[in-house]
Amino acid sequence: MSAPARTLAMGQDEAVAGGRPSVEAPFGRALAKLGQTRPDIVGLTADLGKYTDIHPFRDAFPDRFFNVGMAEQNLVAVAAGLARTGLVPFATTYGVFATRRAFDFVAIACAHSNLNVKIIAGLPGLTTGYGGTHQAIEDLALMRMIPGLTIIDPCDATEIEAATAAIADHQGPVYMRLLRGGVPVVLDPSYTFEIGKAVTLRDGKDVGIVSTGLMTERALDAADILAKRGVAVAVLHVPTIKPFDVEAVASFCAGVDHVLTAENHVVVGGLGSLVVETLFDSGVGKKVTRVGLPDRYIECGSVPTLQARYGITTEAIVAKIGALQ
Amino acid sequence: MLRNSPPGDADIGTLEGRATNLRRHMLTMARGQGAGYIGQGLGIADTLAALYFHELRYDPSDVTWAERDRFLLSTGHYSIALWAALAEAGILPVNELSTYGADDSRLEMSTLDTTPGVELIGGSLGHGLGQAVGQALGLRLQKSVARVFVELSDGEMQEGSTWEAAMSASHFKLDGLVALVDCNGIQADGPVVLDMEPVADKWRAFGWDVSEIDGNDMNAIVGALMLARSQNGKPTAIILRTLPGKGVARIEASEKAHFFRVDVKEWDGIIADFEQSVGAKQ
Repeated sequence: MSAPARTLAMGQDEAVAGGRPSVEAPFGRALAKLGQTRPDIVGLTADLGKYTDIHPFRDAFPDRFFNVGMAEQNLVAVAAGLARTGLVPFATTYGVFATRRAFDFVAIACAHSNLNVKIIAGLPGLTTGYGGTHQAIEDLALMRMIPGLTIIDPCDATEIEAATAAIADHQGPVYMRLLRGGVPVVLDPSYTFEIGKAVTLRDGKDVGIVSTGLMTERALDAADILAKRGVAVAVLHVPTIKPFDVEAVASFCAGVDHVLTAENHVVVGGLGSLVVETLFDSGVGKKVTRVGLPDRYIECGSVPTLQARYGITTEAIVAKIGALQ
Repeated sequence: MLRNSPPGDADIGTLEGRATNLRRHMLTMARGQGAGYIGQGLGIADTLAALYFHELRYDPSDVTWAERDRFLLSTGHYSIALWAALAEAGILPVNELSTYGADDSRLEMSTLDTTPGVELIGGSLGHGLGQAVGQALGLRLQKSVARVFVELSDGEMQEGSTWEAAMSASHFKLDGLVALVDCNGIQADGPVVLDMEPVADKWRAFGWDVSEIDGNDMNAIVGALMLARSQNGKPTAIILRTLPGKGVARIEASEKAHFFRVDVKEWDGIIADFEQSVGAKQ
């Protein structure tokens, strides 16, 4: 009998790559690169610089980097103040703290005034075994309700690098989920990221998976497995949760026999809910099967064990689609 | 045209006259809707007069001038005082003041930053100091000489975010930052519900230079603002001991001082008494 999987220590890779090549700290690398041509970009963190991959920027531009200590309300307030002076702050912490702890500051200090603050949120969904205190399983639902906030859930290293540049150019507040450490490369080098645009990564008539974040990799893997069984699975990747690409989602879902959503987030209030709302509003009469986390707090444990237990793996997608046929 | 640049000598009598004008504006505003946060406004009037007519460098014709000193009113419900100051400063028209609190008025009961001269959305208490820290950091990074003044209140110190911000201001050595802490002894539920004393010691312990003064004494306010100009690597907190309703006897004596509502007839009496007391002093 093999030893049970262990809970990872803080800072170890948690993206659980599916055998693809990976890039180390794509967000921090992209931000440090941008910093060379954009003197208006400043970095902040709340005592999680090492753990949110912003250290390459900190090392390159120490004068433009501020660590406010364990104080997430102040992290966002200071970022808002910096933005008022014309700078473009990137503030990093874990998703749980950026949302639950600092919500009023994101809403009132940043979004209400459409300030140019970029919040980069580590440990999205179920990517840590540290339990409910660290797992941002409901962050998309919380942040979706903030008017004017752009929300990004990138799927791989390529997209994180592209999205970092795109949100730096975007005027307005942004909440971006972070995949940290060794992040897999899933998308082709030719992939172009555009805020607000969903992209069809794979065509197929039988089942259409609408996915976001790290679940897109699993959706593609599931499509490969199902293709061998004669099931044609299409994949629509939706990296921008807000503003939501209503047109692309409605049209994609209209063209497949079954719709399945896949998100690293609770199945209420996130991508699944958005797709259901979109189809209802658009008059597309399709039943939607949702893959995501249950509406409950999740215990401590190893990430692969927990992801399997709570159903956000490739195997879970394959099983759900199998049950549809 | 730039105001208070370079800073001149303080003419205390003139500044007191400005404070009287601010109080007059506030009474006009409160009469319009019959109500408002006038107790707080009257209490802070002397400080705002000192800021807008002695200490702050700004251009009334260009409120977005990048090099302006910033004044952040964290207690958004003190808006009545800010509107009075902005009107007296020539940034807002005086004849707009009577719309305070009315539907579609820019002069909200609690500040939004869509009105010219407002530097942040106040009112969610505990927001101002952290945003002031960010502005002071940003200005310093861009080698600006502009300073940041932020008003907050004694009740507001109960918000934990205030202390997160206080820690960071001294850590980042923001000597271009001045906190004006209005200690008027009241909050929404009445007299301060959670003891905040010793206020000055708390700020000192967080690494700030501290002055503690009578916030309705113009000489003391001007003196404390002068001390705060020192560039010694430390932010300054000026603890203002103020009297809610200051200068208007019937509001000073009121128990309803957090939010004051009376009928129009009574306002006319209050205003008449105020003008009489102002006239008697001159």
